[in-house]
Amino acid sequence: MKLGFLVDLNLCMGCKGCEIACKVENEVPLASWRLKVKYVDIGVFPDTSRSFTPMRCNHCEDAPCEKICPVSALHYLPNGIVNIDSSRCIGCAGCIMACPYDAIYMNPETNTADKCTYCAHRVEGGMMPACVVACPVEANIFGDIDNKDSHISRYIMEHQGGVQVRKPEKHTNPKHYYVGGGNQTLNPLAHQRIEGYSLFTNITHLDTVGDPNHSMLDRFLTPIFGHDHLDNTGFAGMESNKKDSNKGEH
Amino acid sequence: MVESTVAATHAVVSFDVALNGIVWGWMITLNMWAKSIGTGVIMVGAYMLYKYSKDKIPNVRWLMPIISFVALNVFLLFTLLDLHQPLRMVNIFFHPHFTSAITVGAWMASLFTGLVTLLAAIGLLDYMPNLLRSNKTAKKVRANSGLYEKLLPYIVFLALPVTMYTAIIMAQSSARGLWEAPIEMAQMMLAAIMAGSATLLIVAESWGKEPRARIAMILAVTVAISFTLYMGEYFFSFKNSEVEATLAFIHLGGSYSFEFWFAMIVGYIIPFALVTTSVKEDNYTLLRFAGILALIGLYFAKDVWLKIPQLLPLS
Ligand code: SF4
Ligand code: SF4
Repeated sequence: MKLGFLVDLNLCMGCKGCEIACKVENEVPLASWRLKVKYVDIGVFPDTSRSFTPMRCNHCEDAPCEKICPVSALHYLPNGIVNIDSSRCIGCAGCIMACPYDAIYMNPETNTADKCTYCAHRVEGGMMPACVVACPVEANIFGDIDNKDSHISRYIMEHQGGVQVRKPEKHTNPKHYYVGGGNQTLNPLAHQRIEGYSLFTNITHLDTVGDPNHSMLDRFLTPIFGHDHLDNTGFAGMESNKKDSNKGEH
Repeated sequence: MVESTVAATHAVVSFDVALNGIVWGWMITLNMWAKSIGTGVIMVGAYMLYKYSKDKIPNVRWLMPIISFVALNVFLLFTLLDLHQPLRMVNIFFHPHFTSAITVGAWMASLFTGLVTLLAAIGLLDYMPNLLRSNKTAKKVRANSGLYEKLLPYIVFLALPVTMYTAIIMAQSSARGLWEAPIEMAQMMLAAIMAGSATLLIVAESWGKEPRARIAMILAVTVAISFTLYMGEYFFSFKNSEVEATLAFIHLGGSYSFEFWFAMIVGYIIPFALVTTSVKEDNYTLLRFAGILALIGLYFAKDVWLKIPQLLPLS
């Protein structure tokens, strides 16, 4: 058995239902994401279109995150899922450096790495991942790609030639496929990402990953110097991002 | 390249989550810099001990392992401090995953630090015969001081993989195209020899003229090769679009251009010029200055190279 995902971008309407379902199901903290839906605007007015691309961990068959993890916190399940055992994670961030798809975040509450697990806990109980259930247009298709009769296998066969993965050149052998995507949507270097307030939100980056006051140094220094009050906006550096967002440095 | 692609597609992100910024920051820079010194002084110092008699380089036998010991401890400390769960570091030893260069490196670096500690103890106690004179352990160490020369070749041998494993970690960080294995390994080795020779040059006041000139020339040749590789990357690397987009951060107008050129000028060009112009007349003030500058420049070169690939959006 090898579980895989396919998103038909022709069907996706960018409602972010999957993103929210994922957050709720997996209690993903603010300023962290296991699954995101990215909007890219393409073309020149009046000939423009907006694309919506859900992105999550690709559960790569040759996962660099699994290889680099020094303590096997990231590991394969027999069904092909790249799972994470956060109780073992030492928080070295090696996996964040290794994943070519930016699919891993440092959980600011636990200070351990975390990512999409294809809802391994639900799958184990015979349920579909939360994002699949939430999608109103059935753009997310999940199943066993080893089984040629599964919905996902048949979908792949029916769309031969039009099925893509992200960054195939990285030789990670992703088990997450897209139908209907183009270079503009799937390649992060093929579109501009201008930092600052845009149409909907502030396009930015995190100043720190995880809790900024996580280190041993802080444990020693905090009793002497104290540190900023932690709240849902502060811990991920979002407040300071507000000040910096228009610098456009990154 | 990237620019033309973007212009051709006229595509722009209009809604996205905040992406990870710089994940490995100054602590990892310091970690790499200190490790370069820690392994470099052993490699270069051992070569000097092999080449010259003790009277020509009187302080190397004891100072070399002490400097290495201090640098390695800085390296280990900041490795630990950078972890988000520092107390779980023990998992590397109890739940090791040996496909990871982080694991293999941690094991080797711990063994290396242990052996260097032993060298430092023997070197220091031999150098200061009155230190801890009546202490039992010190007596034992003094009685076995011949171990120093016996262990040194193995420690030098171990210094090579300890130097280079960071380059393998960087290569395993396959999201960052800039850090490709062969060139990063070469740069890591050059950085260690550069840091080792620069550090020893700073403490070479009591040395004879010839060994001082030799270590200065090791520094000059190393910075020249390393600088050439950096320039090769800067001007002639026509790699994939990801690497090109990364290098744009150090090209003129890029946000890390100043820091990059500061590192190149301070750490590479000036030390090379200082050594080659003052080595003949053995102007030690200038040679020592070259050593100091090389160490400063190396820090910033490592810092830039570490950070720029982390500035690219990956998704
Ligand atoms: S997408 Fe990233 S996190 Fe997921 S398996 Fe591949 S390398 Fe690992
Ligand atoms: S941060 Fe955790 S999961 Fe990621 S590589 Fe380090 S130990 Fe493994």
